[in-house]
Amino acid sequence: MMQPWLIVTAAFGYLCLLFAVAYWADKRADAGRSVVASPYIYALSIAVYCTAWTFYGSVGRAATSGADFLPIYLGPTLAAVLWWHVLRKMLRISKNNRITSIADFVASRYGKSHLLGGLVTVVAVIVIMPYIALQLKGVSTSFNVLLRYPDIVMPSAVGRQPIFEDTALYVAVLMAVFAMLYGTRHIDVTERHEGMVAAIAFESTVKLIAFLCLGAFVTFVMFGGFDDIFARAAERPDVKHLFTSVGAGGLGGWVTLTLLSMAAILFLPRQFQVSVVENVDERHLEKAAWLFPLYLVAINVFVVPIAVAGLLTFPPGTVDGDMFVLALPISGQQGWLALIAFIGGLSAATGMVIVETIALSTMVCNDLVMPILLRVRALRLTERGDLTRLLLTIRRCSIVFVLFLGYLYFYFIGGSYALVSIGLLSFAAVAQLAPAIIGGMYWKGGNRIGALGGLTAGFLMWVYTLLLPSFVRSGWLPLSFLSDGPWGIALLRPEALFGLEGLDNLSHALFWSMVANVGLYVGLSLATGQTLTERIQATRFVEIFQQPDAGDRARLWRGSASFEDLFSLVARFIGKQRAEQSFAGYAADHGVDLAKLARADAELVHFTERLLAGAIGAASARVMVASVVKGENVSIDEVMKILDEASQVIEYSRQLEEKSRALEAASAELRAANLRLRELDRLKDDFLATVTHELRTPLTSIRSFSEILHDNPNLPTDQRQEFLAIVIKESERLTRLINQVLDLARIEAGRFDWQISAVDVRELVLEAMAATKQLFRERNVTIQADLPPELPPVHADRDRLMQVVINLLSNAVKFSPAGTGLVNVTIRERNYGLEVRVADNGPGISRENQQIIFEKFRQVGDLMTGKPSGSGLGLAISRRIVEHFGGRIWVESEPGHGATFAFIVPFAAPPSAAAP
Amino acid sequence: MRPSVLLVDDEPNIVLSLEFLMKQAGYDVRIARDGDAALQAVAERAPDLILLDVMTPGRDGYEVCQTIRANPAWKDIKIVMLTAKSREVEREKGLALGADDYVTKPFSTRELVNRVRRLLADEHP
Repeated sequence: MMQPWLIVTAAFGYLCLLFAVAYWADKRADAGRSVVASPYIYALSIAVYCTAWTFYGSVGRAATSGADFLPIYLGPTLAAVLWWHVLRKMLRISKNNRITSIADFVASRYGKSHLLGGLVTVVAVIVIMPYIALQLKGVSTSFNVLLRYPDIVMPSAVGRQPIFEDTALYVAVLMAVFAMLYGTRHIDVTERHEGMVAAIAFESTVKLIAFLCLGAFVTFVMFGGFDDIFARAAERPDVKHLFTSVGAGGLGGWVTLTLLSMAAILFLPRQFQVSVVENVDERHLEKAAWLFPLYLVAINVFVVPIAVAGLLTFPPGTVDGDMFVLALPISGQQGWLALIAFIGGLSAATGMVIVETIALSTMVCNDLVMPILLRVRALRLTERGDLTRLLLTIRRCSIVFVLFLGYLYFYFIGGSYALVSIGLLSFAAVAQLAPAIIGGMYWKGGNRIGALGGLTAGFLMWVYTLLLPSFVRSGWLPLSFLSDGPWGIALLRPEALFGLEGLDNLSHALFWSMVANVGLYVGLSLATGQTLTERIQATRFVEIFQQPDAGDRARLWRGSASFEDLFSLVARFIGKQRAEQSFAGYAADHGVDLAKLARADAELVHFTERLLAGAIGAASARVMVASVVKGENVSIDEVMKILDEASQVIEYSRQLEEKSRALEAASAELRAANLRLRELDRLKDDFLATVTHELRTPLTSIRSFSEILHDNPNLPTDQRQEFLAIVIKESERLTRLINQVLDLARIEAGRFDWQISAVDVRELVLEAMAATKQLFRERNVTIQADLPPELPPVHADRDRLMQVVINLLSNAVKFSPAGTGLVNVTIRERNYGLEVRVADNGPGISRENQQIIFEKFRQVGDLMTGKPSGSGLGLAISRRIVEHFGGRIWVESEPGHGATFAFIVPFAAPPSAAAP
Repeated sequence: MRPSVLLVDDEPNIVLSLEFLMKQAGYDVRIARDGDAALQAVAERAPDLILLDVMTPGRDGYEVCQTIRANPAWKDIKIVMLTAKSREVEREKGLALGADDYVTKPFSTRELVNRVRRLLADEHP
C-alpha cells in the first residue's frame, strides 16, 4: 500500500510548484521582462485543451470504442488550419473592443446586449459545470486507485467517501485559491494574467511528459514495442475488432465529433481565455498553428498502445478503461511511475479547472452580476466610490461559486456517467455558440434577436436531445421517456426526434440543435431590423480588417462629458493608479494635455468606454458611461450616413489611389520627355555654336584677304592673284557649308525633295571618280577601282547618292598619306542590294570613334592629330541619305591599317534575276 | 632688333593672311600649326608676342596659354587669343588664363595690327 502522505505530499508539492511558477512569471511581468511573450508558451497554454479527460478518458474511449477518441484531436488540428482566418479575426476584434470573454464577445457584437451576455454566461456555467466536475472526479478517482497500490481496486467498489476525506474537495479548494490569487490579482483593462499562463504552459509540459513516460514504459518495458502490442492484439478477436472497424457512431459519428471539437477549441470559455484574451502578439498564432497540432499528436501517440495493453493485461470487466493509465504501472509494480501518471492527470485537471474558473468568473462578474447590480437602483452603484474591491470580490466569489457548483455536481451526480460522455455533452452545448459568433464575424446582417433566438432554441434542443437522455441513463427519468417519447408521443422521442433515426445520439442532437439554432438566427435576423448600436458593432466586427476604425468614426457618443467625471468613473472600476496610467497613455498617443482638458470630446468618451469594457464588459461599460455623458445620442439615420460615408470614403480613396498612380506614371513620362527635350535643346545649342564656328573660319580668310587687297593696291600681280584665288576658294567652302547645313536641316525635317529612280551604281561611281580626279592628283594619291559590269540598278536619288560617293572619296584622299596614298573602290552584289566600299591606307579610326564620326560636326581630325578640312557634316548627311534609301553605311577599320567606308543600297526591283 | 611674333593656327589661309599682315607691320614672323609646335617654338626662342588660335589640334590654345604663363621666364610674352567661338565665357576664360587680348574671328585686319602694335609698344617704348 502506498502511503497516503506520500501521494498527498507529491500532489501538494506539485501544486506548490505551480504557485511558484505563477508567482515567478508575475514578478517577471511586473519587472517588464515577460516570460509568456513567446509562441511556444502560447501554444503550450492552448494545450489546456487536453484535460484529465484526455489523460484518462482517451485511453478509456479507445478501450471501449476503438479509434473514436481521435476526432476530438482531429477537430482542433483542422481548426488550427483555419486559425489564420477565424482566430486572427477574433483576436483583432477582441483587442480592438477590449473583449475579455466569449460572453462579452457575443454581447458586444449584438449591440452590447446585457441579455445576450447573460444568456451566454448562464449557458456556459451550466454546461461547463459537469466538465469541471469531470476533472475533480478524475483527480479523486485516480487518488483512490493509487491509494490501494499495489492492489488494483476500482473506485466504484470503494463507495462514496465521507466529504472531508475526499481529495477532490481539497484539490478544489487549492484550485480556487490559485484562481483567486492569479486570476483576480487586480482589475485590469486587458484582463491578462501572465502568472496563470506560465503555470498553464508548465502544466501542459508536465502532463505531456508524464503521459509519454507512461506510454514508453507500457510499450517498451511491459511489451516489446509497438509491433509486439499490435501482434498480440491481433490474436484477440474482441480487441482486433475494436480497431479494425469504424467506431460505435459510424462515419457520421466521426464527422460530428470532429465538428464539435473544432467548435470547442474556438469557443470553450477557457480556450477563448488562453488563445484570445491572454494572447500577447497576433503573430504567435502563426507558429502556434503548427505547434499545437504537434502537441496533440505527441500526446496521442501512446493512447492506442496503452488501451490495447490494458485490454490484454486485465480480464474484461475488472478494470475501467478510464483507469488503465494508473492500473498498468500498478500492475507492473512501478510505484513511482504510477505516481508520475497521477501527477500528470492532476496537472491536466488543475490546468483546465483554473483557466475555466477564471474565464467563467469574468463572465459571471461582467455579464451577469454587474449588469444586475447596476440596475438595482437601491444599491446606488452608479454613485458609489471605489468599485475595484467590489469587482474583485465579485470575481472571487464567482470562482468559489463555480468551483463549488462543480464540486457539488461531482459529489452528487458525478458517479453516474462515464467521463467522456460528460465532456461530449459540454462540447455539443458550446457548439451552440458557433452560429452567433461565426455569423457575427462574417455576416453584417446577423442581429440580436436572431442571436438570442438561435442560441435559446439551440440550447433547448440540446437539453431535450442530450441532457434529458443523460438523466434517463442516470435513472432520474423513466426509461419510457426515451423509448416511447414524452406522453407516449413517438414523434417526440428525444433521440429520434420527428422520426429521425439511424444517427448516433450525438449527431442526432447536433443536427436538430443546429437546424433550430441556425434557422432561427438567420430567419429572425432577416425578419427583424437592427438597432443603431448593433449596426455599428456589426460593421466593426465584420470589417475589422478593412476598416478597423469604422466603429470609432461612427461612434455613438455625441454629447460630451467632463473629464473629471470620466476619470473618476474609470478609477472606481480599475483603481486610481491604473486609470492614471491609461489616460496618460491616451494623452501621449493623441498629443493632448489632460490637465487642461475640462470637457472630454466624443473620442475620449469612446476611449473611456473601451477602457471600462475591459474591466466590466461591453454592456455594463455602455451603461456606466451613459450615466456621466450628457447630450443626446446620435439618431440611426445619422449613423447610417456616417457608415455609408465611411464606405464611400474608402471607395473614393481607392479611386484616388488609382488616379494618383496614373498621375505618377504620366508625370514620369513627362519627366522623361522633358529630359529628352532639354537634351535636344542642348544639342541644338551645340549645333548652332558649331555651325557659326565653321562659318567664321572661311569668313575670316575672306575678310582678311579682301582687306589686304583693299589696303594694298600696289601688290605684285601674282600675289594679288594668289590672294584672290584664296578668297574665291573660301567663298566656295562657305557656300558648300551653307548648302550642307540646309540639306541636313531639310532631311531632318523631312522636307527634302527626293528624286527616286533606278540608278546604275557602276556608272555613278565612275562619274564620282572623274569629279574627284583633281583632288587625287593634287595629293598624289593613287585610286584603283574594281567595278563588275552588269550590275542590277538600285533604288535611290542619283544626285544624292553621288554626293555620298564623292564625300567618301574626298574623305579617303584627305586621310591618305600624300605620295604613298592608295584608295580602292569596289562594288559587290549582296542579297538585297549593292555594297560600295571605299578603302584607304590612312591612319585608320579607333573603335570608339567609328560610331561618332557619323554624327554632326564630329571629325576624327578633332580627335587625332591634324585638322582635316571639311565641315564635319559630310558623313552625317551621307548616313541620312543612305538610310533614306533603306540602306546603311558603316566603317571598318583597325587603327594604323587604314579605313574602309562602305554602304549598301537596296535593289530597285525585287532581284528575281539575281536570286540563285 | 625687330620684335618677333609667333603665329599659332591650323587654318593655312588664315596663317597666310596673318603672316602677310605681321611682316608688313615690320615684325619677325614664325609659324606653328598646333599647340605642341607652338610650345616648342617658344622654348627655342621666346617671341615677343603670340597670336594664338584657341581651337588648335592636339593641345588647344588655352592649354598653351596656361603653360606659358606658368613659366616665369616667359612672363613678358604678350599673348593675343584668336577664336571663332564668340561666347562671352570663352573670352573670359582666355583672359583669366593670362591672355593679354582676345580677338574674335573674323576680325578687322587694321584693328588687329593696331592691337599688336600697342602691346608691343608697351614693351618697346
